[in-house]
Amino acid sequence: MSDAPDLIFRSLADPTRRSLFERLCREGELTVGALTAQAGVSQPAVSKHLAQLKQAGLVQDRQAGRQTHYRAEPGALVPLIDWTAQQTAFWRARFDALEDLLGRIDQ
Amino acid sequence: MSDTSPEMRSVVIERDLTHPPGRIWRALTQPHLMAEWLMQTDFEPVLGRSFSFQAEWGAVNGQVTEIEPERRLAYSWGDGVLDTVVTWTITPTSDGARLRMEQTGFRKDQPRYLMGATAGWPRFFDNLEQLLAREPA
Repeated sequence: MSDAPDLIFRSLADPTRRSLFERLCREGELTVGALTAQAGVSQPAVSKHLAQLKQAGLVQDRQAGRQTHYRAEPGALVPLIDWTAQQTAFWRARFDALEDLLGRIDQ
Repeated sequence: MSDTSPEMRSVVIERDLTHPPGRIWRALTQPHLMAEWLMQTDFEPVLGRSFSFQAEWGAVNGQVTEIEPERRLAYSWGDGVLDTVVTWTITPTSDGARLRMEQTGFRKDQPRYLMGATAGWPRFFDNLEQLLAREPA
Protein backbone atom coordinates (compact mmCIF):
# COMPACT_ATOMS: atom_id res chain seq x y z
CA MET A 1 0.00 0.00 0.00
CA SER A 2 2.83 2.46 0.73
CA ASP A 3 6.54 2.57 -0.09
CA ALA A 4 7.37 4.81 2.86
CA PRO A 5 7.72 1.93 5.39
CA ASP A 6 10.07 0.04 3.02
CA LEU A 7 12.21 3.15 2.59
CA ILE A 8 12.40 3.57 6.35
CA PHE A 9 13.25 -0.10 6.93
CA ARG A 10 15.99 0.01 4.29
CA SER A 11 17.33 3.23 5.77
CA LEU A 12 17.57 1.84 9.28
CA ALA A 13 18.96 -1.54 8.16
CA ASP A 14 22.43 0.03 7.87
CA PRO A 15 24.13 0.05 11.32
CA THR A 16 25.99 3.37 10.73
CA ARG A 17 22.79 5.11 9.66
CA ARG A 18 20.93 3.59 12.58
CA SER A 19 23.52 4.87 15.04
CA LEU A 20 23.46 8.36 13.45
CA PHE A 21 19.67 8.42 13.77
CA GLU A 22 19.77 7.10 17.33
CA ARG A 23 22.35 9.73 18.31
CA LEU A 24 20.23 12.54 16.87
CA CYS A 25 17.18 11.19 18.75
CA ARG A 26 19.17 11.17 22.02
CA GLU A 27 21.18 14.40 21.66
CA GLY A 28 18.94 16.68 19.59
CA GLU A 29 20.36 18.88 16.83
CA LEU A 30 23.96 18.24 15.72
CA THR A 31 26.22 19.45 12.92
CA VAL A 32 27.73 17.09 10.36
CA GLY A 33 31.13 17.68 11.99
CA ALA A 34 29.85 16.70 15.43
CA LEU A 35 28.22 13.58 13.99
CA THR A 36 31.41 12.61 12.13
CA ALA A 37 33.53 12.89 15.31
CA GLN A 38 32.04 9.67 16.73
CA ALA A 39 30.80 8.00 13.57
CA GLY A 40 33.87 5.91 12.77
CA VAL A 41 33.57 6.82 9.05
CA SER A 42 34.61 9.84 6.96
CA GLN A 43 32.61 13.05 6.74
CA PRO A 44 31.57 12.46 3.10
CA ALA A 45 30.27 9.04 4.17
CA VAL A 46 28.33 10.64 7.04
CA SER A 47 26.86 13.23 4.64
CA LYS A 48 25.77 10.47 2.29
CA HIS A 49 24.09 8.56 5.14
CA LEU A 50 22.35 11.75 6.33
CA ALA A 51 21.06 12.40 2.81
CA GLN A 52 19.55 8.92 2.77
CA LEU A 53 18.00 9.39 6.21
CA LYS A 54 16.55 12.70 5.02
CA GLN A 55 15.06 11.03 1.95
CA ALA A 56 13.38 8.49 4.24
CA GLY A 57 11.95 11.36 6.32
CA LEU A 58 13.89 10.31 9.40
CA VAL A 59 16.00 13.49 9.74
CA GLN A 60 15.65 17.17 8.82
CA ASP A 61 18.35 19.74 8.21
CA ARG A 62 18.74 23.48 8.48
CA GLN A 63 21.49 25.79 7.31
CA ALA A 64 23.02 28.16 9.85
CA GLY A 65 25.77 30.11 8.08
CA ARG A 66 28.21 27.53 6.70
CA GLN A 67 27.05 24.80 9.07
CA THR A 68 24.32 22.29 8.37
CA HIS A 69 22.48 21.15 11.49
CA TYR A 70 20.57 17.87 11.51
CA ARG A 71 17.77 16.77 13.81
CA ALA A 72 15.83 13.51 14.05
CA GLU A 73 12.17 13.14 13.11
CA PRO A 74 11.18 10.06 15.19
CA GLY A 75 7.55 10.73 14.27
CA ALA A 76 8.38 9.20 10.89
CA LEU A 77 8.47 5.82 12.66
CA VAL A 78 4.97 6.07 14.07
CA PRO A 79 3.16 4.65 11.01
CA LEU A 80 5.36 1.56 11.22
CA ILE A 81 4.32 0.79 14.76
CA ASP A 82 0.79 1.99 14.52
CA TRP A 83 -1.22 0.79 11.50
CA THR A 84 -4.33 2.21 13.10
CA ALA A 85 -3.90 5.76 11.76
CA GLN A 86 -4.06 4.61 8.16
CA GLN A 87 -6.97 2.24 8.79
CA THR A 88 -8.90 4.92 10.70
CA ALA A 89 -8.69 7.19 7.64
CA PHE A 90 -9.78 4.27 5.44
CA TRP A 91 -12.84 3.39 7.57
CA ARG A 92 -13.91 7.02 7.99
CA ALA A 93 -14.01 7.32 4.20
CA ARG A 94 -15.96 4.01 3.98
CA PHE A 95 -18.52 5.24 6.52
CA ASP A 96 -19.01 8.40 4.44
CA ALA A 97 -19.58 6.27 1.33
CA LEU A 98 -21.93 3.96 3.26
CA GLU A 99 -24.07 6.88 4.48
CA ASP A 100 -24.20 8.17 0.93
CA LEU A 101 -25.38 4.76 -0.35
CA LEU A 102 -27.95 4.31 2.44
CA GLY A 103 -29.43 7.67 1.45
CA ARG A 104 -29.89 6.35 -2.10
CA ILE A 105 -31.40 2.93 -1.27
CA ASP A 106 -35.18 2.74 -1.41
CA GLN A 107 -37.03 1.03 1.46
CA MET B 1 15.71 -12.25 23.37
CA SER B 2 12.83 -9.87 24.01
CA ASP B 3 9.25 -10.90 23.35
CA THR B 4 8.57 -10.61 19.63
CA SER B 5 4.79 -11.01 19.69
CA PRO B 6 3.21 -7.99 18.00
CA GLU B 7 1.00 -5.63 19.93
CA MET B 8 -2.78 -5.78 19.47
CA ARG B 9 -4.41 -2.48 18.58
CA SER B 10 -7.94 -1.39 17.71
CA VAL B 11 -9.67 1.09 15.43
CA VAL B 12 -13.24 1.99 16.43
CA ILE B 13 -15.66 4.07 14.38
CA GLU B 14 -19.20 4.65 15.55
CA ARG B 15 -21.96 6.69 13.93
CA ASP B 16 -25.63 7.34 14.57
CA LEU B 17 -27.48 6.77 11.30
CA THR B 18 -31.00 7.79 10.36
CA HIS B 19 -31.60 4.47 8.66
CA PRO B 20 -33.29 1.30 9.89
CA PRO B 21 -31.20 -1.72 10.95
CA GLY B 22 -32.51 -3.81 8.07
CA ARG B 23 -31.28 -1.37 5.43
CA ILE B 24 -27.87 -1.09 7.11
CA TRP B 25 -27.62 -4.89 7.29
CA ARG B 26 -28.30 -5.18 3.55
CA ALA B 27 -25.54 -2.65 2.81
CA LEU B 28 -23.13 -4.65 5.01
CA THR B 29 -23.93 -8.07 3.55
CA GLN B 30 -25.08 -7.84 -0.08
CA PRO B 31 -22.10 -7.83 -2.50
CA HIS B 32 -23.65 -5.49 -5.08
CA LEU B 33 -24.28 -2.93 -2.30
CA MET B 34 -20.89 -3.54 -0.63
CA ALA B 35 -19.19 -2.74 -3.95
CA GLU B 36 -20.75 0.74 -3.79
CA TRP B 37 -19.22 1.78 -0.46
CA LEU B 38 -16.57 -0.80 0.50
CA MET B 39 -14.95 -2.89 -2.25
CA GLN B 40 -15.73 -5.42 -4.97
CA THR B 41 -16.32 -8.73 -3.24
CA ASP B 42 -17.61 -12.29 -3.42
CA PHE B 43 -18.81 -12.02 0.18
CA GLU B 44 -21.67 -14.20 1.40
CA PRO B 45 -23.27 -13.76 4.86
CA VAL B 46 -22.63 -17.36 5.91
CA LEU B 47 -20.71 -18.41 9.02
CA GLY B 48 -17.29 -19.81 8.10
CA ARG B 49 -17.48 -18.60 4.47
CA SER B 50 -14.19 -17.32 2.99
CA PHE B 51 -14.20 -14.37 0.60
CA SER B 52 -12.04 -11.53 -0.64
CA PHE B 53 -12.28 -7.79 -1.22
CA GLN B 54 -10.59 -6.42 -4.36
CA ALA B 55 -9.20 -2.90 -4.72
CA GLU B 56 -6.75 -1.24 -7.15
CA TRP B 57 -4.07 -1.45 -4.49
CA GLY B 58 -4.57 -5.13 -3.74
CA ALA B 59 -6.82 -7.66 -2.07
CA VAL B 60 -8.03 -8.34 1.43
CA ASN B 61 -8.97 -11.87 2.47
CA GLY B 62 -11.60 -12.67 5.03
CA GLN B 63 -13.69 -15.32 6.67
CA VAL B 64 -17.02 -14.81 8.44
CA THR B 65 -16.59 -15.50 12.16
CA GLU B 66 -19.86 -14.17 13.63
CA ILE B 67 -23.25 -13.47 12.16
CA GLU B 68 -26.45 -12.32 13.88
CA PRO B 69 -28.76 -10.85 11.23
CA GLU B 70 -29.38 -7.13 11.63
CA ARG B 71 -27.30 -7.06 14.84
CA ARG B 72 -23.73 -8.26 14.51
CA LEU B 73 -21.30 -9.32 11.81
CA ALA B 74 -17.63 -10.19 12.19
CA TYR B 75 -15.00 -11.38 9.75
CA SER B 76 -11.24 -11.66 9.59
CA TRP B 77 -9.51 -8.99 7.50
CA GLY B 78 -5.99 -9.74 6.29
CA ASP B 79 -3.86 -8.38 3.46
CA GLY B 80 -0.61 -10.22 4.16
CA VAL B 81 0.60 -7.47 6.51
CA LEU B 82 -2.42 -6.77 8.69
CA ASP B 83 -3.94 -9.64 10.65
CA THR B 84 -7.19 -8.29 12.07
CA VAL B 85 -10.85 -8.94 12.77
CA VAL B 86 -13.55 -6.46 11.76
CA THR B 87 -16.73 -6.47 13.87
CA TRP B 88 -19.89 -4.58 12.91
CA THR B 89 -22.59 -3.94 15.53
CA ILE B 90 -26.02 -2.44 14.78
CA THR B 91 -27.97 -1.02 17.72
CA PRO B 92 -31.48 0.36 17.12
CA THR B 93 -32.07 3.96 18.21
CA SER B 94 -35.10 6.24 18.16
CA ASP B 95 -34.16 7.67 14.74
CA GLY B 96 -32.62 4.67 13.15
CA ALA B 97 -29.54 2.83 14.40
CA ARG B 98 -26.03 3.25 15.74
CA LEU B 99 -23.44 1.51 13.61
CA ARG B 100 -20.12 0.53 15.19
CA MET B 101 -17.07 -0.86 13.42
CA GLU B 102 -14.21 -2.23 15.45
CA GLN B 103 -11.05 -3.54 13.77
CA THR B 104 -8.69 -5.33 16.15
CA GLY B 105 -5.36 -6.97 15.44
CA PHE B 106 -1.77 -6.24 14.54
CA ARG B 107 0.84 -5.78 11.83
CA LYS B 108 2.58 -9.07 11.13
CA ASP B 109 5.91 -7.59 10.01
CA GLN B 110 6.37 -5.33 12.99
CA PRO B 111 8.58 -7.37 15.36
CA ARG B 112 10.96 -8.62 12.67
CA TYR B 113 11.91 -5.13 11.56
CA LEU B 114 11.69 -3.17 14.78
CA MET B 115 13.40 -5.68 17.07
CA GLY B 116 16.48 -6.24 14.94
CA ALA B 117 19.45 -8.51 15.42
CA THR B 118 22.15 -6.02 16.39
CA ALA B 119 23.02 -5.16 19.99
CA GLY B 120 22.10 -1.48 19.75
CA TRP B 121 18.69 -1.81 18.22
CA PRO B 122 16.57 -3.37 21.02
CA ARG B 123 17.94 -0.77 23.45
CA PHE B 124 16.93 2.01 21.08
CA PHE B 125 13.49 0.47 20.65
CA ASP B 126 13.01 0.54 24.42
CA ASN B 127 13.37 4.32 24.26
CA LEU B 128 11.41 4.73 21.07
CA GLU B 129 7.94 4.81 22.61
CA GLN B 130 9.11 7.46 25.09
CA LEU B 131 10.62 9.53 22.30
CA LEU B 132 7.47 9.29 20.21
CA ALA B 133 5.31 10.22 23.20
CA ARG B 134 7.28 13.46 23.50
CA GLU B 135 6.80 14.44 19.85
CA PRO B 136 4.08 17.02 19.18
CA ALA B 137 1.12 15.54 17.25
